[in-house]
Amino acid sequence: MDRASQRNDFILMAVFALAVLTAPVWLAPIGAAYPDLLQKIAIFGIFAVGFNILFGLTGYLSFGHAAFLGVGSYTAVWSFKLLSMNILPAIVLAILVAGLFSLATGYVSLRRTGIYFSILTLAFAQMSYNLAYSVLTPVTNGETGLKVTRGDPHVLDRLFGVTVGDSLPTPELFGLRTIGWEGFYICAVALIVAFFVALRITRSPFGLALRGIRSNQTRMSFTGFNTRPHTLAAFVISGMFAGLAGALLAVTDPLAGAERMQWTASGEVVLMTILGGAGTLVGPILGAGIIKYFENIFSSFNEHTLEQTFSFLPEPVRDAAVSVASLFVGEGWHLTLGVLFMLVVIFLPGGIMEGFRRIGRAVSGRSAARRADKLQPAE
Amino acid sequence: MFDALVLQFLNGLDKGGAYALIALGLTLVFGTLGVVNFAHGALFMLGAFCAVAMQRLLTLSTPVKDESVTFFDAVKDVPYLEVWFGDAGRTIIGYSVPLSILLAIPVMLLVGLVMERGLVRFFYKRSHAEQILVTFGLAIVLQEIIKVWFGANPIPVSAPPGFTGSADIGAWLGLGPGVVYPWWRLVYLAFAILVIGIIFAFLQLTTYGMVVRAGMRDRDMVGLLGINIQGRFTVVFGIAAIVAGLAGAMYTPIVPPTYSMGMDFLVLSFVVVVVGGMGSLAGAVLAGFLLGILQSFASMNVVNSLFPGIDQIIIYLVAVIVLLARPRGLMGRPGVMES
Repeated sequence: MDRASQRNDFILMAVFALAVLTAPVWLAPIGAAYPDLLQKIAIFGIFAVGFNILFGLTGYLSFGHAAFLGVGSYTAVWSFKLLSMNILPAIVLAILVAGLFSLATGYVSLRRTGIYFSILTLAFAQMSYNLAYSVLTPVTNGETGLKVTRGDPHVLDRLFGVTVGDSLPTPELFGLRTIGWEGFYICAVALIVAFFVALRITRSPFGLALRGIRSNQTRMSFTGFNTRPHTLAAFVISGMFAGLAGALLAVTDPLAGAERMQWTASGEVVLMTILGGAGTLVGPILGAGIIKYFENIFSSFNEHTLEQTFSFLPEPVRDAAVSVASLFVGEGWHLTLGVLFMLVVIFLPGGIMEGFRRIGRAVSGRSAARRADKLQPAE
Repeated sequence: MFDALVLQFLNGLDKGGAYALIALGLTLVFGTLGVVNFAHGALFMLGAFCAVAMQRLLTLSTPVKDESVTFFDAVKDVPYLEVWFGDAGRTIIGYSVPLSILLAIPVMLLVGLVMERGLVRFFYKRSHAEQILVTFGLAIVLQEIIKVWFGANPIPVSAPPGFTGSADIGAWLGLGPGVVYPWWRLVYLAFAILVIGIIFAFLQLTTYGMVVRAGMRDRDMVGLLGINIQGRFTVVFGIAAIVAGLAGAMYTPIVPPTYSMGMDFLVLSFVVVVVGGMGSLAGAVLAGFLLGILQSFASMNVVNSLFPGIDQIIIYLVAVIVLLARPRGLMGRPGVMES
């Protein structure tokens, strides 16, 4: 890689880290600067970045990634219960277990391509989800969800003489609590690390090989290149990202439920990636942010707040506006999501990043044209 | 033991009938237009709500003085049909589900045509991932619209009065007395087989169907012969929508419809289509019944005690095994949808 692009990456990394860490400041004007929401955005950002390593780079559309998220969550909560309330072992274990799980799933699923691959991953995820609800109840605690209870062993904590009080223990990082702003900054650091890893992977020869597989797998094989280990590696890496996201979900709220593994959750991450722009670095995080933001904002609206919003309109118009808008907010948030989704796929297949590029091209194109105009008389 | 097996077999058949009908429509659309339609489950759901709408329509009521209350003037709501036709009207109301077919056919045809012309046709040349995503978005939109109109709770719909009981299958086949089976499920099974038969007859025996089949083989060649193949494929999309809608409408007495039922069936039907082999109509029907029956057998107590939880995962497990052993599904053609 030449030095200029290396410098560009460094700038991108620095700007990204700065943007994430100062998110509470610059997101305040749109009412998104509270830790719960920002945590969610960061966590699902990690999930989407990981998903993008598989889908964006290799073109394999997995419909079962939520299973790895769920496995990560369960592992993290079990680590809280058995080992320690410290989040580090929980996160490490969650990544490892999710990685192993995705290795097994990926090894089988990647024997097929196209829609067959999608269905295979979907089948594995649905099997995990159904089993988590039924037979695996001793491990997953079924519908109630797995949570930390009093009387859990906490082996490591006891070993190091950390006393667990009478109250229900909460996750911590060497005494730092993991809720509120501390929680957000833990997730933010994880997101920056995840982004850095994704950036390195994308720029590496390995990332280039993955993109080669995406554009033409047959040709890659003809050049004597064994594609299977590469796609499997990409699959496992994205599974580990999902495991990290799942662990962070458990860190900020130590409760793991099976609904996290349902196929709708897998669909959500596909949506985030597409909305932001599959194959781009920042796009998936942007998509995750937009979806989680609108989910929070839109679902909190009700008739009353709508009437306030439209209070500047004359009454009959206001009533009409409120009744139309009320379809799309609150309970009807999914309708907005569906419409948004269709509009993006129809008009902007490359996602929001594609939109930015188009705007950028239009602007630079116009200025280039103007320069050309100016140059014309001189000729 | 044998009785129980027969019973589970029958149970599997009617569920399999629903899977087969949806999978058939999916395969038709895929085989003709080459589009992966994730909104097909939503069409099934729309059909079910056609039955609900029909029920609402027939029971539109007017206040009538209640004669049974003599102390004061009481008023009760009586459906118009009952006011006009008396007992005959009541019978008509009872038959709202079969009558809803009359509503479902034009409505679903319209929905199918609008969907094809308005959205799907712009996606012929786009990647399968994009087709999946846009139709997935459409499915969300459709189900949310239904949720706004009909609410989020399941709406019970009753089978016609003559079909509410159970058929004594055991007596017919000379089996034990325990083998009884709801009448309506038998009707559903017969209906599913009938519809599948009609579709196959349409494709195999009519000239129109022959042209459609030729178009599925080689679209460009049929076009070069001066046939408007696009128009026929659009009609096929409408037919697929009708099939899904009818499957949904007739299913309502078995499971009360909710706005989200389409998605549940869609995921399973997709598995069915893939197991059957993308693009193979016979494969879709075969796999539909097969998976329905397997699911039903897996839910037996004996099987469940041997393999705990098998009833929850059997369909997916079979899908995994079939896809690994036979990459193209049971009856798939080579080279379809493999990249």
